[in-house]
This record gives sequence, structure tokens and C-alpha cells, in this order.
Amino acid sequence: MSTPAATVPDLLDYDEVLERFDPVLGLEVHVELNTLTKMFCGCPTEFGAPPNSQVCPICLGMPGSLPVVNGKAVESAIRIGLALGCDIAEWCRFARKNYFYPDMPKNFQISQYDEPIAISGEVELEVEGQTFKIGIERAHMEEDTGKSTHVGVTGRIHGAEYSIVDYNRAGIPLIEIVTKPIEGTGALAPQVARAYVAHLRDLMRALDVSDVRMEQGSLRCDANVSLRPLGETAYGLRTETKNVNSLRSVERAVRYEMCRQGALLAAGGKVMQETRHWHEDTGITTPGRSKEQAEDYRYFPEPDLVPVAPSRKWVEELGTTLPEPPAQHRKRLFEAWGFTEMEFRDVIGAGALLLVEATVAAGATPAAARKWWLGELARRAKETEVELDALSITPAQVAEIQALVDAGKINDKLAREVFDGVLAGEGSPEEVVAARGLAVVSDDSALGAAVDRAIEANPDVAEKIRGGKVAAAGALIGAVMKEMRGQADAGRVRELILERLGAE
Amino acid sequence: MTDLTKLTAAETARLIRDGEVSAVDVAQAHFDRIAKVDDRIHAFLHLDTEGALGAARRVDEKRAAGEELGPLAGVPLALKDVLAMKDVPTTCGSKILEGWRPPYDATVVQRLRDADLVILGKTNMDEFAMGSSTENSAYGPTRNPWDTDRIPGGSGGGSAASVAAYQAPLAIGTDTGGSIRQPAAVTGTVGVKPTYGGVSRYGLVAFSSSLDQVGPCARTVLDAALLHSVIAGHDPFDSTSIDQPVPPVVEAARAADVRGLRVGVVKELGGEGFQPGVEQRFNEAVALLTELGAEVVEVSCPHFVYGLPAYYLIAPSECSSNLARFDAMRYGLRVGDDGIRSAEEVMSLTREAGFGAEVKRRIMIGAYALSSGYYEAYYGQAQKVRTLITRDFARAFEQVDVLVSPTTPTTAFRIGERVDDPLAMYKADLCTIPSNLAGNASASFPCGLSPDDGLPVGLHVMAPVMADDRLYRVGAALEAASVQRWGHPLLEEAPEL
Repeated sequence: MSTPAATVPDLLDYDEVLERFDPVLGLEVHVELNTLTKMFCGCPTEFGAPPNSQVCPICLGMPGSLPVVNGKAVESAIRIGLALGCDIAEWCRFARKNYFYPDMPKNFQISQYDEPIAISGEVELEVEGQTFKIGIERAHMEEDTGKSTHVGVTGRIHGAEYSIVDYNRAGIPLIEIVTKPIEGTGALAPQVARAYVAHLRDLMRALDVSDVRMEQGSLRCDANVSLRPLGETAYGLRTETKNVNSLRSVERAVRYEMCRQGALLAAGGKVMQETRHWHEDTGITTPGRSKEQAEDYRYFPEPDLVPVAPSRKWVEELGTTLPEPPAQHRKRLFEAWGFTEMEFRDVIGAGALLLVEATVAAGATPAAARKWWLGELARRAKETEVELDALSITPAQVAEIQALVDAGKINDKLAREVFDGVLAGEGSPEEVVAARGLAVVSDDSALGAAVDRAIEANPDVAEKIRGGKVAAAGALIGAVMKEMRGQADAGRVRELILERLGAE
Repeated sequence: MTDLTKLTAAETARLIRDGEVSAVDVAQAHFDRIAKVDDRIHAFLHLDTEGALGAARRVDEKRAAGEELGPLAGVPLALKDVLAMKDVPTTCGSKILEGWRPPYDATVVQRLRDADLVILGKTNMDEFAMGSSTENSAYGPTRNPWDTDRIPGGSGGGSAASVAAYQAPLAIGTDTGGSIRQPAAVTGTVGVKPTYGGVSRYGLVAFSSSLDQVGPCARTVLDAALLHSVIAGHDPFDSTSIDQPVPPVVEAARAADVRGLRVGVVKELGGEGFQPGVEQRFNEAVALLTELGAEVVEVSCPHFVYGLPAYYLIAPSECSSNLARFDAMRYGLRVGDDGIRSAEEVMSLTREAGFGAEVKRRIMIGAYALSSGYYEAYYGQAQKVRTLITRDFARAFEQVDVLVSPTTPTTAFRIGERVDDPLAMYKADLCTIPSNLAGNASASFPCGLSPDDGLPVGLHVMAPVMADDRLYRVGAALEAASVQRWGHPLLEEAPEL
């Protein structure tokens, strides 16, 4: 999975990179908040609305319009800050980040610069049994830009025939979370990066502050990667890779950059400090803006907004609304579920912790929930190249399917067909069972006839069972199932066979 | 029959309320006056005849229906072209916004409509309010009704001139460094810059957000107060708007009483560079205030002299960012869009063609002052000066209730006289800038004609934040005593147009 694409020849072998260099990471994650209205105006924020239908003079930056801070966004920012273990500023300001781009209505972005709302936090991650402490530099509030679509061969602004802009996204509240340099990860750097982003995703979901859908861009990651010779303490020149839009890409992009920079450095060359663009399809990064071309954003305090000064009382109150810390949460679930450490780690590794938890909450046993999410559903997610939680099935539906199995209405084999139906949008599990006629036959008269035929056709097996070799019943069950095209209640079939042959 | 254009706003409103004249007749009389004189004054960039007559008709209908009318209902008003008015061209005196019709009303415009004022049209101004003479308008200069070879001040020269030339009894101006007060001074009218945050900036096309403020222009102090009370008050759409009751400005204008008021003459705003005739009339006004019962003392504000350079860093810095949105992408002028040039090139060509020289100069100064490595030395230092000036005011207001100075160092200069000398032009705002930097209220009131050139001189009054009513006490007392002394309002000495 993590093998870098070979379209660019000069990549150093990953193991060689690690023999000579030490990777340092820095991750910038943008989280789109799920507030009902935008950061500075009353426009709705719903995803997928027709282009430019959720705009007003303020988010279009019309001359004369002024921003007003969305209080709910500040609340979310504070809760995020607290959940990341940050200090919440007693007084902070917005700043203008000035640069020209057609998807920025004002040609400046209202952001926070040297006075962010949250500073100095820490999160703890577990990757392959090792614990990593990731320092959080800051979390700050800002507004999103519009979305440009460049129409042409390249799909990027250079070489586009024309470009169109949708300003629905302009002004959506964002929280940018920036780590301190992440050192000491060694060979696990790509996995740590992935685990960190997955952790933020789970945390944002637990806080209920964002939809955190990477494929919809409500969680976006920029990965800064640099290498330094082993033993060196000074940081190497770094690249910032943008457009990393899935957990898998985070891991791949970091690994790719390590191999690319490794090749450059090993050959005596230098890494250009630049922005790079990740290509999901080819698995490579290509250069964007270089430091030399980098813009001077001419930050200054936003004069149209007054400072944000959250009272200590409010911050304290918000502190009481935080979800259980992830480490404690995992510990509790581990104890409750009774999985082996290996099984539990697999659940976390698959990004299925919250899914399994929700499925258990909806009535399934932990083992059943784990079985479906890490087996059948993980396979389908991989096939369609989406995250597990992006599959169009809810934990409640998974629990419902398991309940149908437990009630004997379907068996595991039929359950897979029910998954097909639900994922294809054919309705609830119950509806899929009915529509596809998937219910197992547990009617004794129908089953009895099939059992009789099976006994008749396999006299040797029947004799063994009569002789007490109950395990041989499997062959007869198989025969019955085959005749019934899988739609038989296997448990009942077994009972009927044993009954008829006088065993037990 | 009474010349409806010569009435004060208060009188006009009373006549309309009493049914002695119709609002439509009043509006029409002003459009007639505009038609007669505006080819010489050029106060207006756009007339909204249809909208104005419609608003006037609604006032007459309300009266006919027995509905109660507000204190300025039916009174015509000229609106500075820097305020967004729904569906009416709003250019800010710039080519770059030619043809733009805003999809919304500024809060001030909404309040004027709600109070049944009749908005005649949009007035000329220095491009994006940058200037002190209205010569920086992309649509040609406005001329001073006192002498059409002279400037009417700026940036709100159109608003002040329209009031002085009896084209409207009231006008709305905006003041970033003196753009209401300096034009008022040189046209013999009243202009008030309310406390920063006193009037909503929502819909005011920003020049320098932390300095801009909307305010009234009028021929009498009471008229200005009436208009002030219509437009002022908290607006949730402007985060910098102050959520406090509007100071009692109308009551103060009616009281016209300065007895016991402590007045401080700012030592640093006078002397070298000030026209002797201006100083003479200023001193007479101060003497008059003493006669009326005020206690006058001299006060030092040592940092005021640094106001001008600080202003010319802060205002351009903010403007370089505020004016970035004019990029041809969403509205206004678009140059060079041939289907081949990139968006960046079109932006660049549009801004090159659409902005005038002064606007470009300030954008460049501002971009430089904010740039990495220079920020602290320029923008940062200027903000420190701003704090020092604010402290000067605070200390002064411990000793006195208001501060006074001449509004401008000189009377109206000739058109073209300072266009090639930006520094000379900038000095016109020497006395007015400190109040923008500190955010306190201030105003200019007529205090006679300079004996050396016969042109109007303004008395500049500065009051603490949210003590705007003190301006009106001083202005109204001075007005009453001056009119008594002269035998008529100052404007009646202006030549017939």
C-alpha cells in the first residue's frame, strides 16, 4: 500500500532513508466547523448546495460590508483548544492575511496571526505499541476561501482554459491546528502522521464540532516534512505538501516526501523549501510555490473586528462539555469489550473505534461489530478507496443486520448480500431482506424434505452420524444448504438431521 | 413664495408636518436648484430623481393618512458616494466602481429611509475618500460655492458644497482624517465627525476602517444634531459600533449653553503655517465663547504634531488591504479580459486603469509599511504614536470639557494649487487628524470670514468619546452669538450663484 509510485525515478529506498536520515514532521490541519452559519455572516453552510447560492454581500466581500464574529464558532474553537490541552487566550484578535486570489472575495483572509485563541497543547498517540506525544503549537480561527475549479487539461490554474469560482465555501469557519515539530518518530513517521490526523478526526467528531469528512474537505491536512542527517539537531529545509485529502494519503505523502528528499540529499543536493502538491492518483508530489516566490502576507490586526476576550467563566463552563479524553476512552472500551490487545489495536488501526462503539451501542456484541467493520466492510472500503466511515452504512444498520443473523432470519452469507443492498442505497436491512427475498428458510416441512433427500443421497455419512460421529453432520448440512441455495437456517438444519438420525 | 431651498432642515420638516408645503414640492425645488447651479459646482455624481420623488410622495401620503412624521421627514439630503445605496450607482469617486449598483443599503441609508428623509443623489468626493480638495475624484473636481476657482475641501467636498450651495439642506459625509470637518470649514457650513463607533460603518466603503466615521453636514447646528440623532446608534452589523445610548445631541443644540464649560485651546495647533486671518477669526471665536460664559485655558497636547505622519502610515496600510477587493472579478471595471490573459493580468490591468494616482500612492505606501521587515518600523511605530495621542486627549480632558483649534490652517486654496505637492495637501488635515486617531468626537463650525481673503474659517471643537453633545453645545452657542453679531447666517454672505 505504501510503496511510492515509480513515476519519478529519484526516490531513495525507504530503509536507506532511515539508515541515514531522521525525519521531522509538522502537521497543519484545517477543520471546517459545523456551525449553521458562516464565520462572519448569516449565510448557511450546508455542503453541496448549488454554486453561489449561499452567499451575501458580506461573504462576497462587497464594498462596504463588514464581518461580525460567529459566537458559536468561537465556542467550538475554545472547546477544540481545551480538548487539545491548550491554554485559551484571555484576549485575542483576528488579523488580515493579504494576498490576491480570485476565490478570496476581499483578497485578504480574516485569520489569526500572532494572537491565536488557543496555544501550547499536547496529544498522545499510540502507534504500533509506542506512545508519541505530539505538541500542539496553536489552534486558531479563520474563514475558508471560495472554491476554484480550473477547467482545462491540467485541472490547475496554470494551463486552465478558464476558471469558475463557487463562493458558497467562502467564509465557512475553519480552525487551523498546527503542531510543534514532531521529532523522534523514525520509521514510524508516516504512520504517526496518519494516526495524528485520525486522532484529530475522532476528537472533532466526539466534540461534535465538525463533520470531519476528508473527502468533502471538511478536514484537510498540510504535511511539512524535512530530513536531517542522523545525529544532527538542526532541522533540514522542509517542504509543505498540500491537498492531502485522506488518511491513507497522509501516510503515503509523508513517506513519498521522505524518499524524495532522501534521494536529493543522498546525492549531495538540496531540498527546495517549497509548497508541494500531492497527487492521489499517481502517489507523487509536484512543486508549487517556492519560498523565493512566496508571498509576504502583510498581516495586520483586522480593524473591522473587536478583540475576542472569552471570560474565564465561559471557558470553564465549556471545559465541562468536553468528551472523555481519547486515551481514557480507549482504555474504557478495551476493558469493556474484552478484545485481545492485538484485536483492539487492529480496530484502532482501521479507524473503526467509534464505528464499533456505535454499533455496540446499537445492540451488537463487540465481537460481531468488530467482525463486520474489520472484515466485510473494511474490504469494501478498500475496494472503493474510501475511508471506512465514508461507506454509506450506519453503525445502527450494521447492528440491525447482526440482529437479523442472531434471530436466524438470515445467515452470514446472506448478510453479505444485505450489506450490498444497504450500501447500494436500497433501504434499511429489513427492506433489503424483503426486496431481495433473502430470508432463510426455517420452515420445518420445507427443510425436512431437503434433509430427507440429503440423508438418502449420503447413506455413508448418515451411518457415521448414527454411530455418534456428530461432526460429520457438516457434510449433510452443506448438501441441504446447497439445495436451498444458501437460504436455509443452518442451525435448524443441523437439529433436524440429528433428530432424524437419532443422534444426541 | 418662500424659497424652499433656503430653509433649514428643521423648518422644512415643520412645514411639511403642518401641511404648508408638500415633500414633493420641497424635493422638486431642490432638483430645480441643482439643475440651476450644479454645472458650476459639480457637487453631485448621480441624481436619484425617481427614488427621491417616490420617497417624498410617501411622506405626503403618510401625512395625508394622518400618520405621525419624524423630525426630518420629507427633508432632502445629499449622500456622499461612498455609502452603499441599493440599486443606485455607488462609485466612491473612482473609475474602478463605475456602473456598480450595490445589492444592499448601508445601515445609515436604511436609517435615513426609515426616518423618511429624501435622498436626492450621490455627492462627489476624492477617490475612495483620499484627499482634501475633491480634486482626486475620477469625475472632475467640485467647486467651492464661495469662489468657484477654489476647492470645497475634501474628501467630502461634494456634500459640503451641496449644502453651502443650497442644493440640499442636509448631507452625509464621512471623515477619516478630516473629510467632513475640513470641507465644512472651507465652505462655511457645519460638519460633525461623531465618536468612532457612534454611527454604523456598515455599507460605508472602507478607506481606513479604524479611522472612518460617518457624520452629518448641515447649514445649522440644530440641523446637524437632528441628522446625527437619525443616523447614530448601535448596529449589530458593525462590530466596532458602540452599544450605548446616543448622546443627547439635539437637546445640546437646543440648549446652546456654554456657561461653565471648560474649553482648552490646543497650544500645538496654531502658529507657524497658519494663515493670520484664520488665527484671527479663531481667536475671536474663543473670545466669544469666553463672553458666553465658558472658561478658556491653554492646553498642551505634545504628540499631536506626530499625528500627520502616523496617519499617513495607518490610513494607507489599512487602505492597501481594504482596496484589494477591487480586482475585476466580481463587480466594477474589468480591463483586458480577452479570454487569453490570466486572471492575475486582468486584475493588474484593471487596477492600473481604474485607480487614480493618489489612491495608487497610498496603496503602495501602505503595502510597504505592512511588509515583512518594515511592519514594526512603520505600522507598529504609528500605532504607538496613536496611543500617545489618545493619552494626550485623555490628559487634556481631565482638565477641560472640550478642546478647540482652527479646523484648517488655511482657508480654501485654489484648484490645482496643491495637486503636485501631496505634503502641502496633507497638511490641510493637521488639526483634524488627532481625533480620528483617538476616535473621539469633533466638529467644525463657521466662525467668520478670514479678513485677508474673505473666505470662511472654521472653529474645530473636540470632545471626549461619546460626549458628542458637548460639540453641539459649543457650536449652537457660537452660532447664536455669531448670527446676532453678523445680523444673518454666515452663508448669506456667499455670492449668488
